[in-house]
Amino acid sequence: MAQGSASQPRDRPLDVADRSVLGEAAPFPQRVAEAPVSGMAALGHARELAGRRQRSLWGDAWRRLLKNKLAVIGLVIVAVFVVLAALAPILAPYSQSEVVDFRLTRQHPSWTWPFGLDANGRDVFSRMLYGARVSLVVGVLSQGIVLLIGVPIGAIAGYYGGMTDNLLMRAVDVIYAIPQLLLVLLFVNWWGPGLTNIFLAIGLVGWVTETRLVRGQVLQLREQEYVNASRVAGANGLQIMLRHLLPNSMTPIIVALTFGIPTAIFTEAALSFVGVGIRPPTASWGQMVGEGSKAGYVQTDPHMLLFPVLAIGLTMLGFTFLGDGLRDALDPKAND
Amino acid sequence: MLRYVANRLFWFVPTLLAMAAITFVIMSATPGSPFDPGGANQISEDAIRQLEEKYGLDKPVYQRFGIYVWNAVRGDFGISYANRPQTVESIIGRTFPKSLELGLWATLFAVVVGVSLGVLAAVNQNGALDYASVTVAILFYSMPNFVMAFLLILLFAVYLPNQGINLGFSIGGWDAPIDRVLPTIALGAAPLATLARYTRSSMIDVIRSDYVRTARAKGLAERGVILKHVLKNALIPVITLVGPIFAAVGTGSFFVEQVFNVPGMGKFFVTSMQSQDQTMILAVVLIYGVFLAAMNLIVDLVYGMIDPRIRY
Repeated sequence: MAQGSASQPRDRPLDVADRSVLGEAAPFPQRVAEAPVSGMAALGHARELAGRRQRSLWGDAWRRLLKNKLAVIGLVIVAVFVVLAALAPILAPYSQSEVVDFRLTRQHPSWTWPFGLDANGRDVFSRMLYGARVSLVVGVLSQGIVLLIGVPIGAIAGYYGGMTDNLLMRAVDVIYAIPQLLLVLLFVNWWGPGLTNIFLAIGLVGWVTETRLVRGQVLQLREQEYVNASRVAGANGLQIMLRHLLPNSMTPIIVALTFGIPTAIFTEAALSFVGVGIRPPTASWGQMVGEGSKAGYVQTDPHMLLFPVLAIGLTMLGFTFLGDGLRDALDPKAND
Repeated sequence: MLRYVANRLFWFVPTLLAMAAITFVIMSATPGSPFDPGGANQISEDAIRQLEEKYGLDKPVYQRFGIYVWNAVRGDFGISYANRPQTVESIIGRTFPKSLELGLWATLFAVVVGVSLGVLAAVNQNGALDYASVTVAILFYSMPNFVMAFLLILLFAVYLPNQGINLGFSIGGWDAPIDRVLPTIALGAAPLATLARYTRSSMIDVIRSDYVRTARAKGLAERGVILKHVLKNALIPVITLVGPIFAAVGTGSFFVEQVFNVPGMGKFFVTSMQSQDQTMILAVVLIYGVFLAAMNLIVDLVYGMIDPRIRY
């Protein structure tokens, strides 16, 4: 897709004929700025007259999303996950490091402790609620970094093309060629464990995927008529990127982020599982899996392993369902 | 064709160099020394310095990088700092075949089951079988392999034996043939789902094409149409996936190997990192890079052979 449009002519400078057709350049931008507003208003008015409800792109997408069963399941899972994570201190009967009873280690699930107690006699349920917080924070903040780095670089590479594009994309290729988990591990090993270092590392490694995506989008979009028109009207590169190219690349970016969050959550779990992630006594699902999977516990006390594993699995499932649904719902070519 | 291969091979070199350089820079920025054992049995600063000198770690980064590349080109990847005096080659030589074996099984499992599921789904489009296989695919697809690995262990090695149904699965190991089953499923599940999805959509595209309608119109049996006309063309895009899948799976998934106690290369992912075993990490990164690049090249060549429209 990206290769196809790359072969098209880039940034074609306007020739004299184009300029003469457009006439005077100076008053043109003002007219362009006003025209769409009145045009839209007129359109809306016409629709009202026709008695039809107005639909926005987002409204359409939302309705399509709600029609998709799997997407709704995903949405519910994600919503429950976010609420549990946000309200962890209120919902959890114990704090995450609190030892309920040091004599009752590895107590199996019961009415008092629905998910049982861990090897230190701490409440597994409470620790999982706090673990959800860690997952949520890592998922969201790492994707924030991915956005901040990935989108501008992709847009610049795609829009300016040529040498800039070549240099940036070769760098991206190299980073892309190294297994992402290995690179994250290298960073975390360098900076030391801890929440901040983990989401920074995941963000700093993950932006390359976003960059490739945005570049591909921008490559396609920049040859569109309206981008040319805007250029003719005197908009500079930054304005065109912010006003036209990025808003029109919004939907693939959103979908990529929905898939990026579970990947980041999994990466954190993986790091904590092998003991280089979140430091105890702070709870993290991966760390709980690591503890529960120790040789002596798996067969005798599987509850310590089962609940955090299910939590990770369910969260992944929720985000994947939601991401798949969003991809279909946000596709402007889809019809009801 | 030869020119194309030569060109691709030529680009291997700067990519691998850059990969090694990035790893090198991060590793040397990381505080600590590979010779610091940590914990209880401390050795003196002097001893650490002597060891670093012996292995050339006292030299500046660019010099070390140069030396490393020069040695690597001649096939000498150095001594694993954490497993002295074993060389990196001997460790890789011992562990890589095990990862590769697991990878081969997992790829085979993913291709056979995934493609079959995809074909069945496409042939019964919107039927019960279609929904079943799409559901299996999406479940497998969203589960990280280490979640899958633990679920399999909990079900087959803990829950079922506790219920009196012992199928002979253990919670880990690599001795009996049956020990390969669970890791293969855990590692192959996600690629299986990807392959099933791609096969299904690719099949459906082809089934709707004109020449398939022609084949049906001239009275060919449905079975013949699917096997001869649809499958052959529908599998072209699917083949491109097998290369990267095999590269990812064959170099050893750290988690699956860790969970099932497989003595493969994957475990060096983390252990060498923690012990700052730079030579080992570089080897792992480079093997992955070479493997992935080689797979992609092979896939492109195979692609050219089976699709007459592609010429290099």
